[in-house]
Amino acid sequence: MTDFTWKIAGPAGLGIMTTGLIFSKAFSRGGYHVFDYIEYPSLIRGGHNTYQCRISSEAINSQSRSVHILVALNKETVDLHKPEMLENSAVIYDNEKMQAEVTAGKPYPIPLTRLAKESGGKELMANNVALGASMALLDYDLGILEGVIRDMFGRKGEEIVKMNMNAANAGYNYVRENFKEPFFVIAKKISDNRKYLLTGNEAIGAGAVASGCKCFVAYPMTPASSILHYLAENAKKYGIAVRHAEDEISVINTAIGAAHAGARTMTATSGGGFALMVEGYGLAAMTETPLVIVEVQRPGPATGMPTWSGQGDLRFVMHAHQDDFPRVVMTPGDVEEAYYCAAYAHNLAEKYQTPIIIMSDKHLAESHKTAEKFDHSLKIERGELIDSATDYKRYKLTKTGISPRLLPGAKGAIVVANSDEHNEYGYSCEEIENRNKMMQKRMKKLDMLAKELPAPKLYGPEDAELTLTGFGSVKGAILDAIKILEKEGIKVNFLHLIYVSPFPDKSVKEALSKAKKVISVENNFTGQFAGLVREKTGKNITKRFLKYDGRPFYPEEIAEKVRKVLKK
Amino acid sequence: MNPEEFNTKEEVTWCPGCGNHSIFMALKQALVNLNIAPDQVIIAYGIGCHGHEVNYLRTNGFEGLHGRPVPVAEGIKLANNELNVIAVSGDGDAYGEGLSHMINAARGNHNVTYLVHDNRVYGLTTGQTSPTSAKGTKSKSTPEGAIDEPINPMAMAIAAGATFVARTFAGNIQLTTELIMQAIKHNGFALLDILQPCVSFNKVNNFQWYMEHTYKLENHNPADKVAALQKALEMEKLPLGVLYKEEKPSYEEQVSELSEGPLTKKSLEVDKEKIMEEFL
Repeated sequence: MTDFTWKIAGPAGLGIMTTGLIFSKAFSRGGYHVFDYIEYPSLIRGGHNTYQCRISSEAINSQSRSVHILVALNKETVDLHKPEMLENSAVIYDNEKMQAEVTAGKPYPIPLTRLAKESGGKELMANNVALGASMALLDYDLGILEGVIRDMFGRKGEEIVKMNMNAANAGYNYVRENFKEPFFVIAKKISDNRKYLLTGNEAIGAGAVASGCKCFVAYPMTPASSILHYLAENAKKYGIAVRHAEDEISVINTAIGAAHAGARTMTATSGGGFALMVEGYGLAAMTETPLVIVEVQRPGPATGMPTWSGQGDLRFVMHAHQDDFPRVVMTPGDVEEAYYCAAYAHNLAEKYQTPIIIMSDKHLAESHKTAEKFDHSLKIERGELIDSATDYKRYKLTKTGISPRLLPGAKGAIVVANSDEHNEYGYSCEEIENRNKMMQKRMKKLDMLAKELPAPKLYGPEDAELTLTGFGSVKGAILDAIKILEKEGIKVNFLHLIYVSPFPDKSVKEALSKAKKVISVENNFTGQFAGLVREKTGKNITKRFLKYDGRPFYPEEIAEKVRKVLKK
Repeated sequence: MNPEEFNTKEEVTWCPGCGNHSIFMALKQALVNLNIAPDQVIIAYGIGCHGHEVNYLRTNGFEGLHGRPVPVAEGIKLANNELNVIAVSGDGDAYGEGLSHMINAARGNHNVTYLVHDNRVYGLTTGQTSPTSAKGTKSKSTPEGAIDEPINPMAMAIAAGATFVARTFAGNIQLTTELIMQAIKHNGFALLDILQPCVSFNKVNNFQWYMEHTYKLENHNPADKVAALQKALEMEKLPLGVLYKEEKPSYEEQVSELSEGPLTKKSLEVDKEKIMEEFL
């Protein structure tokens, strides 16, 4: 089994993100499983950026602590990442540009910049020299790297592709000639079967495209912006109108207009942007407008830590806006679930004629993960959409609470939607009986919804000594922690919630009743999820593993926590 | 068609003598004159007395939030550019809570008609100062008189790049009808500021005051932006008519995804395997 981590780090502005993605892609195309993870401050230049790629011959779901190859683009990198180095880890650095003292791992001094220049490239291509050198250490097929570079830079012309490859070759040859001893990790190509490699944000974008989303309105906000970028880039190909409006208030109201008119519509933002959208969120619920809202969390409050991860918006998102209305909040845990949720959310929105929230976080949003296949079985369902009516009542009272939906513009009919409490026609009405009926109508949708939504999933053995629980992106590190513990003979399982509202109280109560010990794993300060579980099931999860420093969980630290709780 | 066909069965609750009655009449007449059927037009409303029109006017309607009818209208037009899209707003809505939306709608030249019921006071919340109230206006929220200068919506819209900027007085139903028609016919963002009395809460700017403080524009070239701005800056006696007009492609005409028809008519089926190819 091969399982290693390659990391490139240094100051922002040196092309670290592109280089990292090339590395990940080179291995996902050689049949490997990949999970990559990036850290960067909210700066364009300067600050410490890292891109780490975990490569494995077996399925993986998260990043790992230990680094096997570190490409250090400055001296600070060598010092900062010392704790992650193993005895035999390689530290690649440009010995002609910096004086590094490698006290952890083995030094691999390579004149990256000189080799880049000598191979006919520019200084920035030193990263490619490092890529080539890394491939040589790992004994990996350079042809695959060339394929990735060609796909990425082909648009810029053959000359650019060649310059990039010449630099990679120079690094590859330099290692072959100067470091004769084989490196302790070898990663030869496994197969020609390429795996999909994408981020949670791309998966949400792709899922939306797959479900026929035809309108996307957004205002840029890290870490949600790459959904906007993906959809804007693909807008023409899939006939999607993408609008970057003046602010989030305009965004959600524009999205509501487009959705009301009949286009499948989505928007995406982070916590601060969603705060501005909150009034519009309730408007969508009151007017029964189908709309998909993506909230990609980052640590707060206020501007908080824009480029870091967190799960502190759970309670905010679940309770946003005045008064009661059917609230649906999905919490995908990985790229496959992100894709599926995005596609499914558009069906739910139209079927139940209400806004659907997909809550993600920076860790899921910006980390690439490989996937073997995606579930394309979901059929587009538009619910009670009709194309003609006489004496049309937009808010007709029905058994299910769902009224037949006619789009404005239908011949001979009038469609009235109203933010004020309204009667069946949509006209303002504040009478007691009407108010009660309309409130009940909207809330009734939850009964059917709760039946339709998939049950929370239990991963791992039924007879586990301990149950981990959580929502969203903690899934990856937890699944990998279970594997670590399994090897030590410790049986642990994981109850994962892919949606938190309406809360699946029965199944969660049942699963937790069987659990011997429970730890709630969350990226927030107060254990918001554990609190929610107690509110909905009466089960008090006293053991909590909480992290609110903006960093995601590592499988190693979850395993350590479990050992401690089990006193093993 | 006749204006009666645009009435719902709902009871009209505006105060007797309110300018809304005549604006309502003018809008119905304009739709009749332009032969726009109730099912081919949609109106996005804000919150305020004007917004009650959603209950009285028999067309497609969407009553949204205070200050936000413009983005809702933009969204509707983006999804279905075959519909006639109108946004109806009040002065608090348009020039207070939602001012930035007007600026941006003008800048983008969204093909939306914007009718602003401007009575220089907050009526529905029982008489506070509004963004168009004169400096010194004493009201429930400004007992010592408003400190702020009033907004100049005409000048602001012209500066923001609006391609149709006009003003009318609700008391002149004929002019109002004519200007609503022109605003609807205009390709792009059209602002029509409609001066109106509020009989309950604005005792200063009453019918008589407007008669004395407005005049009908004559010998004005609306294609001349500098002249339009000069007219817009006249505050003592307010010019009525089209201050500025320019022909430019609308936002929707420039969205390439709309070139083959509205979003609402596109097939939702996509080759799902193909979507994923770029991630291999």
